Amino acid sequence: MSPDNAAIAVEGLWKIFGPKSERVLASEDKHLDPAALREKTGCTAAVRDVGFEVRPGEVFVVMGLSGSGKSTLVRCLTRLIEPTAGRVTIGGEDVIGASPAKLRDLRRHHVSMVFQHFGLLPHRRVIDNVAYGLEVQGAAKAARHERAREILSLVGLDGHADSYPDQLSGGMQQRVGLARALAVDPQVMLFDEPFSALDPLIRRDMQAEVVRLHREVGKTMVFITHDLSEALKLGERIAIMRDGRIVQLGTPEELVGAPADDYVADFVRDVPRSHVLTLRWIARPPEERENLDGPELPANTLIKDAIGAVSTSSRPIRVMDGEELAGVFDRVDMLAFLSGQETPATAQVGA
Amino acid sequence: MKIRLFAGLLALGLAAGCGGATVDGGATTAASPEGSADAATPAGTVKIAINPWVGYEASANVVAYLLKNELGYTVELPEIKEQLAWEGFETGDVDVIIENWGHPDLKKQYIEEKKVAVEAGSTGNKGVIGWYIPKWMADENPDITDWKNLNKYADLFKTSESGGKGQLLFGDPSYVSNEAALIKNLKLDFKIVTGGSEAALIKSAQQAQAQKKPLLFYFWDPHWLFSQTELVRVNLPEYTEGCDADPKKVACDYPEMDLDKIVSKKFADTGGKAYELVKNFQWTNEDQNKVSDDMTNGGMSGEEAAKAWIEANPDKWQAWIPK
Amino acid sequence: MSSTAVTPASRLRVPRWVVPAGIAALFALAYLAFRGTGTLPHNSEAAPFTAVTELREWIDDHRNDNPLFLYFLNYIRLFVDALYTSFHAVLVAMGWPGLIGVMGGLAWLAGGWRVALMAVAGFCSFGVFGLWQSSVETLALVSAAVLLSLAIGVPLGIWAGMSARVRKAVTPVLDVMQIMPTFAYLAPLALFFHIGAPAGVIATMIYSIPPAIRITALAIEQVSPTAVEASASLGATQAQTLFKVYLPLARSTMALAVNQTIMMALSMVVIANLISAPGLGSDIIRGLSRAQVGIMLPAGIAIVIMAVILDRMMVSVARRDPHSRIGRGNVAAAGVLAVAGLVAAAFVPRQWPEDLTVSVTRPINEAVLWAETSWYGVTTFVKDTVTIYLLNPLETVFTTAPWWLVAAAVLLVAWRVSGVRPALTALVCLLGIALLGTWEHSMRTLTTVAVAVVATLAIGVLLGIAAARSDRFSAVQRPLLDAAQTMPAFVYLLPALALFGTTRFTAIFASIIYAVPPVVRLVEDGIRHVPTSVIEAAASAGSTSAQILWKVQLPMARRAILLAANQGIVLTLAMVVVGGLVGAGALGYDVVLGFSQRPDFGMGFVAGVATVLLGVMLDRITQGADRRSLPHKRKFT
Ligand SMILES: Nc1ncnc2c1ncn2[C@@H]1O[C@H](COP(=O)(O)OP(=O)(O)OP(=O)(O)O)[C@@H](O)[C@H]1O
Ligand SMILES: [Mg+2]
Repeated sequence: MSPDNAAIAVEGLWKIFGPKSERVLASEDKHLDPAALREKTGCTAAVRDVGFEVRPGEVFVVMGLSGSGKSTLVRCLTRLIEPTAGRVTIGGEDVIGASPAKLRDLRRHHVSMVFQHFGLLPHRRVIDNVAYGLEVQGAAKAARHERAREILSLVGLDGHADSYPDQLSGGMQQRVGLARALAVDPQVMLFDEPFSALDPLIRRDMQAEVVRLHREVGKTMVFITHDLSEALKLGERIAIMRDGRIVQLGTPEELVGAPADDYVADFVRDVPRSHVLTLRWIARPPEERENLDGPELPANTLIKDAIGAVSTSSRPIRVMDGEELAGVFDRVDMLAFLSGQETPATAQVGA
Repeated sequence: MKIRLFAGLLALGLAAGCGGATVDGGATTAASPEGSADAATPAGTVKIAINPWVGYEASANVVAYLLKNELGYTVELPEIKEQLAWEGFETGDVDVIIENWGHPDLKKQYIEEKKVAVEAGSTGNKGVIGWYIPKWMADENPDITDWKNLNKYADLFKTSESGGKGQLLFGDPSYVSNEAALIKNLKLDFKIVTGGSEAALIKSAQQAQAQKKPLLFYFWDPHWLFSQTELVRVNLPEYTEGCDADPKKVACDYPEMDLDKIVSKKFADTGGKAYELVKNFQWTNEDQNKVSDDMTNGGMSGEEAAKAWIEANPDKWQAWIPK
Repeated sequence: MSSTAVTPASRLRVPRWVVPAGIAALFALAYLAFRGTGTLPHNSEAAPFTAVTELREWIDDHRNDNPLFLYFLNYIRLFVDALYTSFHAVLVAMGWPGLIGVMGGLAWLAGGWRVALMAVAGFCSFGVFGLWQSSVETLALVSAAVLLSLAIGVPLGIWAGMSARVRKAVTPVLDVMQIMPTFAYLAPLALFFHIGAPAGVIATMIYSIPPAIRITALAIEQVSPTAVEASASLGATQAQTLFKVYLPLARSTMALAVNQTIMMALSMVVIANLISAPGLGSDIIRGLSRAQVGIMLPAGIAIVIMAVILDRMMVSVARRDPHSRIGRGNVAAAGVLAVAGLVAAAFVPRQWPEDLTVSVTRPINEAVLWAETSWYGVTTFVKDTVTIYLLNPLETVFTTAPWWLVAAAVLLVAWRVSGVRPALTALVCLLGIALLGTWEHSMRTLTTVAVAVVATLAIGVLLGIAAARSDRFSAVQRPLLDAAQTMPAFVYLLPALALFGTTRFTAIFASIIYAVPPVVRLVEDGIRHVPTSVIEAAASAGSTSAQILWKVQLPMARRAILLAANQGIVLTLAMVVVGGLVGAGALGYDVVLGFSQRPDFGMGFVAGVATVLLGVMLDRITQGADRRSLPHKRKFT
């Protein structure tokens, strides 16, 4: 995929906080580990040489521990934080070189953002919060209110238009935040840990909401989280950050099945692998004389979903990739896999 | 914002009309007395500075009463100390100083050089400043009235405020004063302690008399106190013409002064009848003491005391009213 | 491990007080040995004084032909004068019923009928006291000063709130401005802007700008960064974010900034009368120079009333529920009140009718006289005891100690309490004082301050502890403190003057009652903020209530108490200097004298500078607690 048809393309992005950040960037100090760098120069390298592409319509998740640079990264995309170096293009437009007017245009019409702490304006009613983006674009009051009402019903907040944010629950407030971001009809939406301030039940609701919205409106989304289950639930691809670098980028299956290093492995350790991995991971070439008339299952079936089938079938299950046979597995394989789950996934990683 | 402010200033400058603003420039006219002064009522506003001693207030109140009730002026009596009042001529804050004690330096500066003030004749009062003690002290120590013996008695005058020396009690910080120079040049073992007001001086003098407390203090005539409390003046080296020319080298007593009136040039030019009245105003020390006494001891306000005197002395003030 | 470390140390250890006591003894010895040498006696013709006096004479002669004045300073004066004059003209033109009605209406809009009633009653009282004209002048002066302060302070504050760099540049300037005693502002202003209303407005304005800047900056800083980021992320321009996010969110704190600015302005108007600014200050100074509390008290009360009315109005605005709008009924009522007043004004004279005034001068004077004579024994005893046994000996020590010994002592104390840099700053200030020729008078002022501070802290800490330990006591005391902190500074001079005449002790007494309230409040808050969990832990370990106080609450409230000490010292200095008006002598009196006697202008001016240096020095010495953690130094909580 070339940068031109990617929704977002990032290349060699650096962000160094602190005095004389350019000089640090030019020197070899930038490769020091964070503590040493701060010690020596007083600077923090929050994003280091990051590059990735996001496909149109994709949900791209960035994950990492606190302080790994996720927020900084996502803010660099629209220059809410000015990157120290690197290239960012959104919808083919160069962001880094954009003039202030151009940048404003990008923020007004193409990219919008949802924040962890909502960032609602307490002195405005819900409807005026939602219409805020349109208001700064200069839309007429009637038009922007109409649009805001539409969006409010889309996020399930009919009837709360005239409330003030502090009269709503946390979950509802974040729906307002979501509506505000949606109201300008952007192609790209950025989420910075939008649900981590909410309690688990509401969080699950909101995740479902995002999934639904993604299906209905089909936006490109960059989603920051430090909650792995959230990442797995939403992400088509996941980037894992550590100390400002992306240490692994891949589908949930790749991450869980083949963590790139201990850090990632540690991350995904508690994930029930059968919930993430597909049959591809346990399919093996059929042995000689093995019975090849067992039931068929598609290769992208989650392992957990095959437990029933394999336990009722005395013959090996055939894993089909389209019309082709990708491999087979039987009860023994399944049991081995499920029990292997007890040992850390690192066993797989050795290499 | 800045530009607008600048433009505003510029506009004001143009209004002042001389490519540069002087302190007494255009904008103050709104509050100035001239203009309608010659017309019938309302005649305008006259600002008589009030200096902090009761004799001054007595004169000011009598003149103010007449300006108000006979000529229909509005009178303001802003509290401005002696020397600042002269500056007030320049800024337009003061039209009249009704009782001026000398101040040859200020006369030179404001009348001759700056030409913002003019003299408006004598008040008829004779004024003299001096150092006084209660009479009983002079009775007990007859030689105490000679300044040469003051050091001998310095211990008598010690107080907790005078830092081991004798105390010379002074009044309001703004009063005409050679005290510092006198103490220094006459090598007196005394320290000036500022009571801060005429009232403090009077109170101390009365206490000194009643409770036989030693006291050396700055005071002046005309004053009603002389008719109630027996005071004796200490003789400093005699005044000779010019002995007080250099304020730092003064080593002689205060002269007897002809108290006079000073008005702003503007008021003299445009004050009309009000100016005439101020110029004509002249009375005696007894007149002033009567009004002062009423104000201080008779429980009257300045206005009431003025009214009382005016009702009792129609022949005197009628001569001041311009025809 | 730990026991081995302790044993050798404890063998060598001397009690903790030995070192400081030894040093103190050393200083005492040095004093005894060198007393009377190296003193810097006051000379009223010191070179810096005469230089400034000459400068003043020069400026006076060239005010109307020097380009700096002709094309710049005089325009400012003219502009400010025009502003004041037009405010005054409008207020006068409304007539008394009009002004009362309009103020009532505004108060109704701000805080409903209660506040309106208060405003109407308050403004009527100005008339009843016979102070209508002065009050109107003061109102015009304060309005002009506040308007200008806000016009300059709010944009600066916003800028400082949004840019860390500006904040860094502005903060130290504001710090110094806040510890600058009011008196110090006057002389330079008289120099550049002459005397009269405009100079008074400018003095007042300069005094009241710091809180405008500081609190606005604080208000802006407090705006949720996410809200700002959200706005930027939607493509809002800087200006849009400013007007749609920053300002609305900072609104209620900014109302407090306005409030604080008004309060500062009101406390300055009296002092501005020293440079002939009109208004209630004129009545106060008149009372002071006639030693008549009867003249001062009504004017003082009028200022307090004005302060309370404006304070209530602004606080109501600040506290108003952000989502509610002013009801139509309230708007109507306010409108009716204002219009009724204005209409009535057409039918009555503009000046408050004289038969509606009550003269309270005489009864008050008589009451004061009664107090004076019947308490004479006690007041004189207290005054004389303090003066003879404390003030005079201490003053002798300070003025006869060699300057280098004092400097060394200051350096050492500041270093111990606050660290190297503050100590150096303190030293530089002290040397500045010496070079300016104000050493002796500064030492005298320092003596007065020292005595006042000790008393202030003793009283303040005691009351603070009492309030922290008893809710009932606190509940009684709070409103008193609130009221005390709304009052302009000089009001405290009145009772002091009535009781003690014009002496140094008067200034001490006034500064104690001025500085105690903030000290009490800081101490109380400090103790109350000790976490309950810690107290519970101590209590569960069986501590008595006294043990909890001494071993837990006071040590943990140490920062707050240090801060209280710092504030107490700075406030005391400010008041002791103002005390120059009532006999405090030394620097404060020099300032007063500078305005009264032309040849002493330079001395007054320099004395003003010296008070600033003294203030900075005392502040640095006691800076142990981080002053900046308390962004606005007085008044509201
Ligand atoms: N404005 C700033 N100035 C200096 N350092 C900063 C700034 N903002 C962030 N940092 C530093 O950059 C690093 C990355 O911060 P960032 O907020 O991007 O982390 P994060 O992954 O979003 O963490 P969290 O999950 O806690 O939100 C941290 O070490 C942080 O201290
Ligand atoms: Mg973050």
